[in-house]
Amino acid sequence: MGLLSKKDSKLILDPLSDDNPITIQVLGICSALAITAQLKPSIVMAVSVIFVLGIGNVVISLMRNIIPSKIRIIVQLIVVATLVIIVDLILKAFAYELSKELSVFIGLIITNCIIMGRFEAFALGNGPWRSFLDGVGNALGYGVILVIVGFFRELLGSGTLFGFKILGDSVEKTGLYAIGYENNGFMVLPPMALIVVGIIIWIQRSRNKALIEEL
Amino acid sequence: MAINTDKNSYTIGFAVVMVLVVGTLLAGLFMLFRPQIEANERFEKQQNILYALGVNQNSGPNDVAFIPTDIVSAEFDKYITKQVVIQGDAVTEDSNAYLIDIKKEATKAKDAAYDRRLPLFMGQKDGKDLYVVPVRGKGLWDAIWGFVAMDNTMTIQGVYFDHKGETPGLGAEIKQRYFMDDFAGESFLVDGRFSGIAVAKGNNDPKNLIKDDQEVDALAGATITGDGLSAMLQKDVKLYVPYFKSLKN
Repeated sequence: MGLLSKKDSKLILDPLSDDNPITIQVLGICSALAITAQLKPSIVMAVSVIFVLGIGNVVISLMRNIIPSKIRIIVQLIVVATLVIIVDLILKAFAYELSKELSVFIGLIITNCIIMGRFEAFALGNGPWRSFLDGVGNALGYGVILVIVGFFRELLGSGTLFGFKILGDSVEKTGLYAIGYENNGFMVLPPMALIVVGIIIWIQRSRNKALIEEL
Repeated sequence: MAINTDKNSYTIGFAVVMVLVVGTLLAGLFMLFRPQIEANERFEKQQNILYALGVNQNSGPNDVAFIPTDIVSAEFDKYITKQVVIQGDAVTEDSNAYLIDIKKEATKAKDAAYDRRLPLFMGQKDGKDLYVVPVRGKGLWDAIWGFVAMDNTMTIQGVYFDHKGETPGLGAEIKQRYFMDDFAGESFLVDGRFSGIAVAKGNNDPKNLIKDDQEVDALAGATITGDGLSAMLQKDVKLYVPYFKSLKN
């Protein structure tokens, strides 16, 4: 890649697979359970986290030499909260419909442990450009899992994708439902997200044995 | 860097500066965006009231499409012929009744001496005189609210429900077309007495063909939101019963 050195592109690519925040570092599980019942909120959440984590990492990285270490967690929290409130205000003013749809999810970004984790583990010790790449990379890795989980949960739980009826109409019994297929209502409930994430972890580790922890 | 970031005085100074900077930034942005945000909220209320009245841009069977924001004010003035505020026995006309914050009114009404202001919007759709009332209650996580359009016998002609933070795919489904449409045709009155409408599980009527049972089929996995919605309709629509009785006389 011309734009990014090998070391820099690793920052983006690693979190997508072998250092994925959700499946390997097991961070950000809470929001992965809460919002993946449908595909659309999953995608919007992923985009918002990319924005907040990318910019937040840069801000923290720029301030890394002046932040007093005793209150660094509070400072990090304030930076996340500020960014999230700005996103929320901008959405409310210029994309009101979208902001209504997201409502609580935007606020939930503050509690996403991936963000604090990257601030603490990476941005405090690296320059702005590398921190930006790391932030975007980790947010992408998080987003990929959200989209996969959201895809399966919406498809199997409601028979829809983005609200469109993919498998036919469950009330009118058309499409797949005509031959006796039923939606799995359990997929809509949060515990199924954990099981889907578990299956992803299983597949990932069986393909790359190096990821399996020693017992 | 020569700064000693471990000193207490530095830490406190940093905290103070940080709070000032962030506070100013956010307050400034809020002031900057406030007119736009308030306008959006006004338009949304108008859109919701019109939706309950049946004025919308739905084309497909699952659409919940509002009148676009740029023309909603004109449409609102066209369809809503009269807005009134009911306070005790007094009924006064007020063209800004839709801006009354019914959450604040409900809080004030806890003081028994206070006569709660109840906004009511009269409109015409397809030649029928309709009355739209706002409702507000509690879901599982946060507030739920809506608008109910009725004819003069308190039979529902249309509703719009919304929520602040119900679970997507479960409680949040109250704002889906298939749920809201079920309410049309149900009546709040049984033999002239107010009875409310329940969101009921296992009423053996998933397509909601029975319209005189005061029941609407519940959403799977959203028991508390559904119960909250029943309670909201029971509590808030009941406030308007004296007005509807006075219409008959």
